[in-house]
Amino acid sequence: MAQAIAFYFVAACILGFAVLVISTKDTVHSVLFLVLDFLFVAALYVLMNAEFLAVIQVLVYAGGIVVLYLFVVMLVNLKRPPEAHQDPHRLSRTGPFLAAAVLLELGAIAVMGGEAGAPPAAAAAASPFCAAMTGNTEQVGCLLYTSYLIPFEIASMLLLVAMVGAIVLAKREL
Amino acid sequence: MIDQFLIPVLKIAIVLNATLVAVSYMVLLERKVIAWAQSRLGPMRVGPYGVLQPIADALKLMIKEDITPVRADRWVFTAAPIISMVPALIIYAVIPFGPKVHFFGREVSFYITDINVGLLYVVSVASVGVYGIILAGYASNSKYPLLSSLRASAQLISYEVAVTLTLVSVVLLTGYVDAGGNPVTGTLSMVGIVNSQYDQKIWFVFYQPVAFVLVLIGGLAETNRAPFDLPEAEQELTGGFHTEYSGMRFALFFLAEYANIIVVSSVVTTLFLGGWLPPFPNTPALHVLYYIPSWVWFFVKSFLFLYLFVWIRATLPRYRYDQLMRLGWKFLIPLAIVNLLATGLVKVLVQ
Amino acid sequence: MITPTHYMLLSAALFMIGVIGVVVRRNIIIIFMSIELILNAVNINLIAFSNQLHNATGQVFAVFVIAVAAAEAAVGLGIILAFYRNKETINIDEMNLMRS
Repeated sequence: MAQAIAFYFVAACILGFAVLVISTKDTVHSVLFLVLDFLFVAALYVLMNAEFLAVIQVLVYAGGIVVLYLFVVMLVNLKRPPEAHQDPHRLSRTGPFLAAAVLLELGAIAVMGGEAGAPPAAAAAASPFCAAMTGNTEQVGCLLYTSYLIPFEIASMLLLVAMVGAIVLAKREL
Repeated sequence: MIDQFLIPVLKIAIVLNATLVAVSYMVLLERKVIAWAQSRLGPMRVGPYGVLQPIADALKLMIKEDITPVRADRWVFTAAPIISMVPALIIYAVIPFGPKVHFFGREVSFYITDINVGLLYVVSVASVGVYGIILAGYASNSKYPLLSSLRASAQLISYEVAVTLTLVSVVLLTGYVDAGGNPVTGTLSMVGIVNSQYDQKIWFVFYQPVAFVLVLIGGLAETNRAPFDLPEAEQELTGGFHTEYSGMRFALFFLAEYANIIVVSSVVTTLFLGGWLPPFPNTPALHVLYYIPSWVWFFVKSFLFLYLFVWIRATLPRYRYDQLMRLGWKFLIPLAIVNLLATGLVKVLVQ
Repeated sequence: MITPTHYMLLSAALFMIGVIGVVVRRNIIIIFMSIELILNAVNINLIAFSNQLHNATGQVFAVFVIAVAAAEAAVGLGIILAFYRNKETINIDEMNLMRS
């Protein structure tokens, strides 16, 4: 019961702030609503017993990525409003209606399709050694370093490449 | 009902009130200690030896006029001090002041809560605290606060990386092989870290002196504290990020800074000096030390670090901004990585 | 009782809000932020199913999604800054240097 109330409240906040993100005229306010959105998504992860992901979400997304967006927004502080010019080929009225239609379809699939029943045998796909760990952080850590070690290393190389690329792109002169 | 609701609310009320009082008296501590370091006396007029000075300061700031710049963004301008203060306060939810004790027949713990990702929670909340500084500079709608706030936030996020890497090597220590040959898994919870120091019978500062120094330096930089206080010192040059703030909002920024200092002291005490444990814990020969209550040990050790922070401010000159960034990126981060590698290596070899 | 269906509906709604943001807005920074909303919607879905099946693989996948989002945000914002330095605009309808 308390979990249902918490879920509905957090979900309403997430969707509300998301709508505010895409509809606010002022870019800085939009970024601030995005931060609040991410904090509520982290609260949702806590509700789903994924506390390690919740803290990583706050640390990386809300505390790192959005700070980057805020810096760029402040460095790109324009005198005239950024959306004054509009491409005449753009159909910006039909966009939301089509999106609402797709959302209805997705919702229908989610509600009516596929009875899950008993969890399939793939539930034991996580190696039994790692599944025996107690605690969310231990399980995620064990999987990251045993079964998914290669994607982990590739992700770290991806981050290195992104770091070098961002520095090269943003430098004034090489 | 009482256990789940009343006692946590009581704990939160006590901790919040104690924090706010401690923060205002930290102002007095700083002024007195810096004065004594400079061979003068500090505040002496208000109350005996100046102990009522923080009350006078608070009254003055509360009755000052609250000015908002004309074309400033009103919502963001109002929200920035709050965004600065709230993360400093909510970290107290995971800091353990003492173990579980029996109190009137009920088992009460001396911490508000113990989440099993406590250390990561502290780091992530500290990284959200950067927003207050960025938004304060932006919302003031003037050039110098904006530049100052961008510099201050760049300093904060640089030193965050070094501190987080160092904390990982401390967490590595919490997993060990005990006397019976059974491996004990490591933990991220703050209470778990203190318990691990109890089980291993030693404070972690003796195992990780380099990490201790790194976290102290990183903590100094994270809280914009001398010798890394160029964002604050810009007041003497042009303007810091809180130039346009006056009255209670200005007070909130400074309270947030001092609350952050107390938080860093508490976290360093918990991680390296054994939290509520006396020196050389769990050895029967020193059982007499356990007669001093656990929370007294915690406060004494935290106070030592507060004094250390003020002492460093009174003594060292200020870093220039490029020297500061060079120190953070080119010296502290490689040192933290080397420390992490060395810790891992030693752990594997010892087992 | 909150079933994974609830989480799927929430994820679908957040996804569509992100897609609307990408399609309708012309400010390129808002477009990037809508892409972050889309990635968060995917993460919610992954973690909801990881919770139901008691298998931490979903959370590992979510960690990788967060890492990729960080990399993409860094590079994308670098590109925006480089473009802004040349053409002084962040309106994507004006970013048409290759059009005749």
